[in-house]
Amino acid sequence: MPGPESATPLQAASGGVSGAAREPLIRARGLTKKFGTFVAVDAIDFDVAPGEAFGFLGPNGAGKTSTMRMIGAVSPRSGGDLSVLGTDPDKNGASIRARLGVVPQLDTLDTELTVLENLLIYGRYFDLSYAEARSRAMELLEFVQLNDRASSLVEPLSGGMKRRLTIARSLINEPDLLLLDEPTTGLDPQARHLVWDRLYRLKQRGTTLVLTTHYMDEAEQLCDRLVVMDKAKIVAEGSPRSLIEQYSTKEVLELRFPVGVQETLDGQLDGLGERVEKLPDRVLIYAADGEDVAAAAHERGLRPETSLVRRSSLEDVFLRLTGRSLIE
Amino acid sequence: MTAIAPPAPARGGAFKFPGLRKLEQSLLVYRRVWRGTFFGTLVSPVLFLTAMGVALGSLVPNITAFGGVPYLVFLAPGIMSAQAMQTGTVEGSWPLFAGFKWLKTFDAMIATPITVRDIVLGHLYWLFVRLAIVTGVFMVVAFLFGAFRSPTFFLAWPSAILTGVAFGICMSAWTATRKTEQSFSIIFRFVVTPLFLFSGTFFPIEQLPETVRWIAWFTPLFHGVALTRSLAIGHDLDLLTLGIHLAVVLGMIAIGTFFAFKTFKKRLVI
Ligand SMILES: Nc1ncnc2c1ncn2[C@@H]1O[C@H](COP(=O)(O)OP(=O)(O)OP(=O)(O)O)[C@@H](O)[C@H]1O
Ligand SMILES: [Mg+2]
Repeated sequence: MPGPESATPLQAASGGVSGAAREPLIRARGLTKKFGTFVAVDAIDFDVAPGEAFGFLGPNGAGKTSTMRMIGAVSPRSGGDLSVLGTDPDKNGASIRARLGVVPQLDTLDTELTVLENLLIYGRYFDLSYAEARSRAMELLEFVQLNDRASSLVEPLSGGMKRRLTIARSLINEPDLLLLDEPTTGLDPQARHLVWDRLYRLKQRGTTLVLTTHYMDEAEQLCDRLVVMDKAKIVAEGSPRSLIEQYSTKEVLELRFPVGVQETLDGQLDGLGERVEKLPDRVLIYAADGEDVAAAAHERGLRPETSLVRRSSLEDVFLRLTGRSLIE
Repeated sequence: MTAIAPPAPARGGAFKFPGLRKLEQSLLVYRRVWRGTFFGTLVSPVLFLTAMGVALGSLVPNITAFGGVPYLVFLAPGIMSAQAMQTGTVEGSWPLFAGFKWLKTFDAMIATPITVRDIVLGHLYWLFVRLAIVTGVFMVVAFLFGAFRSPTFFLAWPSAILTGVAFGICMSAWTATRKTEQSFSIIFRFVVTPLFLFSGTFFPIEQLPETVRWIAWFTPLFHGVALTRSLAIGHDLDLLTLGIHLAVVLGMIAIGTFFAFKTFKKRLVI
């Protein structure tokens, strides 16, 4: 059912202007996607505020892309309510899309065209004049550091360059809302940092970002708030910090034992820290103070090959929530 | 870039002339790749008309239909229509399939204000442009070979274009339902080639045994060939017969477009 706001025209969306309570830019209630009888997104609720960077974190098949495609007004929902930019994507899809930037999970660049032509024709899809599209394209190529490749064909570009071009393309219409489906998957660390930097700048300009990722560090770096998805459902929601506080301890002690030893440890770890998680290759002990636990373990005669104390991360949150690690 | 501009007024996403943006994309791609195809476009009519029209034609007596014309004059419009069919069918297969599957160009488009309707119509327009180029080149070559005798010959051009578009859009509607490209070559082997050979392209269907001749009337290419040939030769034009041929061709375009809207949507909106 469309909410009352869907009767009004698309709402203004310039972020970071006032602190007054604003309508969410995206509002989902009971949002559901089915493929045949298979439920890919199972009645999820979330709001995204203007100017916010919002993340979907989850393993393969969790339903992230399906959700993003519904938000992007390309995939009709199977149930529930969804409002994007104040209106219903099923009814006003094209006018919503006119104000979105979309970076799909798999690049959809036109490999028969050059880098510049890809941006130009995309600008035309948004009804820009060629002159306007060209001037924006040049700025954007600079923004993603591809200006020296403007007349190169797309095919020989590296994966990271293609990704940056896709990001540039998504910005050609100066979107109010940017949807990024795994923007940095497959990129090397340097390329990832470049993308993060650019996304961070966009955020500072007030663009609302919605992104999906498998990477904890990406979520921690970029997201003000995120939801953890697993098996088509949202299992937790909050800022990276609050999720860590809520679902994990301050520190984690990671112990690695010589091959075969870990299996013989039953019982010996009990009572160490607040919680013990046994992974195939190591043991994680959650505690406020990791060094204390390391000392206690030593007293019990445990002799791990390596012992490491680190701060909790979203990875730990995920493990706690789903009993699985995010990246197998 | 400065701060994000205030949102543009909602324009409902509807373009004044649906499909033009998709056509622009096709033209932009064509501008990059035309050199690769143009040679074939030019050489194919030259080869056909030399080998079959001139060389083989010198062994063939004048065709008695149409008030008696040399074989070359009979053959040229037939080949032109058959080539139009082939070009249209090709455009409706691999290059279109690439947009759905390999390049995902259409996925990129529908993430913008472009709609599935724009894509279907733009693709249809593109078929017209592509066919106009291929048959236009054929017309010029055939003209230089002296294959045209009648003042109505230039009407053979739109007729051949429509014939090619009819096959192109029907093939396109079907291609949108395919998960793999495997069946395309089967279509060419078992549909396109037989039609090419037995639709009155190379010989009047009156040459076929009487028992199977009527089948020609139910083959789609026959009507395109008959229409194009009548206009090219311009002998004793019978408006009723021409009207039937034209109606069949236009009917194919209408039906193909109707189904293309459905199959493209089913493919892209999931
Ligand atoms: N078109 C489709 N038809 C049938 N099932 C689909 C379709 N698209 C997605 N699915 C299924 O829906 C589930 C969710 O897929 P989705 O792509 O949304 O996951 P994801 O969280 O984006 O995963 P990944 O991290 O691998 O990208 C998966 O089980 C997938 O197989
Ligand atoms: Mg995905």
